[in-house]
Amino acid sequence: MNAPRTMFEKIWSSHTVREVPGEAAILYIDLHLAHEVTSPQAFEGLRMNGRKVRRPDKTFATMDHNVPTSDRSLPILDLISAKQIETLEANCREFGITLYDLNSPDQGIVHVIGPELGLTQPGRAIVCGDSHTSTHGAFGALAFGIGTSEVEHVLATQCLQQQRPKTFRINVEGGLQEGVAAKDIILNIIRRIGTAGGAGHVIEYAGSAIRALSMEQRMTVCNMSIEGGARAGMIAPDEKTYAYLKGRRFAPKGADWDAAVEYWKTLPSDDGADWDAELEIDAAEIAPQVTWGVNPGQTVDVSGAVPSPDEFDNPDDQKTAERALEYMDLTPGQRIADLKLDRVFIGSCTNSRISDLRAAAHIVKGRKANADVRAMVVPGSQAVKRQAEAEGLDAVFRDAGFDWRESGCSMCLGMNPDTLAPGERCASSSNRNFEGRQGKGGRTHLVSPEMAAAAAIAGRFVDIRSWS
Amino acid sequence: MEPFVEHTGLAAPLDAANVDTDQIIPKQFLKRIERAGFGQFLFFDWRFKDDGSENPDFSLNKPEYRGASILIAGANFGCGSSREHAPWALLDYGFRVLIAPSFADIFRSNCYKNGILPIELNADDAARLRRQAETRRGFQLTVDLPKQTVSDPDGKTYTFEMDSFRKEFLLKGLDDIGWTLQFEDAIAEYEKKRDALPA
Repeated sequence: MNAPRTMFEKIWSSHTVREVPGEAAILYIDLHLAHEVTSPQAFEGLRMNGRKVRRPDKTFATMDHNVPTSDRSLPILDLISAKQIETLEANCREFGITLYDLNSPDQGIVHVIGPELGLTQPGRAIVCGDSHTSTHGAFGALAFGIGTSEVEHVLATQCLQQQRPKTFRINVEGGLQEGVAAKDIILNIIRRIGTAGGAGHVIEYAGSAIRALSMEQRMTVCNMSIEGGARAGMIAPDEKTYAYLKGRRFAPKGADWDAAVEYWKTLPSDDGADWDAELEIDAAEIAPQVTWGVNPGQTVDVSGAVPSPDEFDNPDDQKTAERALEYMDLTPGQRIADLKLDRVFIGSCTNSRISDLRAAAHIVKGRKANADVRAMVVPGSQAVKRQAEAEGLDAVFRDAGFDWRESGCSMCLGMNPDTLAPGERCASSSNRNFEGRQGKGGRTHLVSPEMAAAAAIAGRFVDIRSWS
Repeated sequence: MEPFVEHTGLAAPLDAANVDTDQIIPKQFLKRIERAGFGQFLFFDWRFKDDGSENPDFSLNKPEYRGASILIAGANFGCGSSREHAPWALLDYGFRVLIAPSFADIFRSNCYKNGILPIELNADDAARLRRQAETRRGFQLTVDLPKQTVSDPDGKTYTFEMDSFRKEFLLKGLDDIGWTLQFEDAIAEYEKKRDALPA
């Protein structure tokens, strides 16, 4: 009888081409996703060294980070962005890589389209030059973000040099309160463990509250693992995982499907497996969360208030809090519910899937956005956009005065024209509230899409649990 | 990659924890398709005022830290986005060594790939060095990678931990891809088995 193993250990050991003490392991990569921002220098590196792409069939590319979310038939006015997009097209042509370009019906945020196309599968090792690659861990894959040198390494070798990370199990047990979303679970976790709490670890999210989540909700949880400093986040595959994948374009078919499911069923962590770290959380204690500061660990309950720096024990946290208060233009003791908003952003690889848009539309339906708020909805992909339009969600948002956009990363990072003006305060369904992230001087509060939608209507934060 | 063996240079303080890669290099500079020339954008929103002039309060803009090649910062330096533009900008600006109580994982890995040495010291030692950089003009440190030490001008020496594999790559300036390609046969053999699986 073999020693009990974690899901991470099973996937890791099935992907090591070479693992020798004193060396980094050579880990085989099943799927590499690429986008326009972190790939050009990698392709250039290949050319400079006369190297080829080892397995062009295992890399899939799209453009998402810098693309405008306005009318796609118009030219891109930002010439440097346009050049970066053209460069990805040229590189994919030259090296024989499948590209879902701006005109493709499959274009979208790389972490939204991977699962949609069935490329994301349990047991796979998945990488992308983007820190939110952890999203794909929701399927029981080992998925993590890499830098551009590593993108080049994967292109050239289909492998990566990796140090074996540690394991961290976070058990979320029990039922969530009505109105509490997957986003609130992960914000609450980061609030507890801190932005470096998961450093050097792969987190497995487990427990009844995690099992009860839909696949899209699981993606939201895994997506923000990096905001807790973790290398990756993962959730055991189950019937929901298989049901989500079945019939998708790149999912196994026929007898292969049955064999794949048999294999996937062997992946979940064994009872009695050892963990380097563990945390237990009572799901019922989690309230809707709102970030008040400039990192995702600076989070309070919506019913709470902006904290005072002296509430923190660690001098670093005190200093970070002081700086955050100044940047965010907040004073200790201010109620979260009293914060007035200028902008609302619903989108990003964290919360732009169809269930996110349905949840937000449910809040918005028949109401109008507050006159002082400019709200925008950016679907995660063209497929999400089509589905939302088929369900009439675009009309719900438009009737309420929300802007309905084309798919992309948009104001999550503001590389395209969608940005906050200095001083604007935004309720955002995205993943980072760093200084200047959504635009220089912009003030970001991270929330669930439901909370963002309600904030757009009310013009300030409201506790979604009391929304009627 | 340029080998890293020993380095002596001026140390500059950055008294902040959780410095994310959005601060190290803001997104508007990620549209370039080159690897070079990012130093001018390093810490852009902190270094420059809205009118484009330098912010005199930011440490790197002070005359005494011009030409610094060692940056001493707070914990969890380089958190957030995986953008390798962050170490490119630090290197292009002139930094070869970063000292902090901890670094974010992807950022640390990106530093190694570019010949930047990220040194983790315990919080007290890192803070002591940072304060000296703040108070002593021309505060120089010497980093000896083979010995894994940082020495201050008074001869006080701090040792640091370092993965022996990465150390070898830095010392020799080895090419990661070239190293992995030595095992091409093993990759091909693995691939044959992997491709035969249903998923």
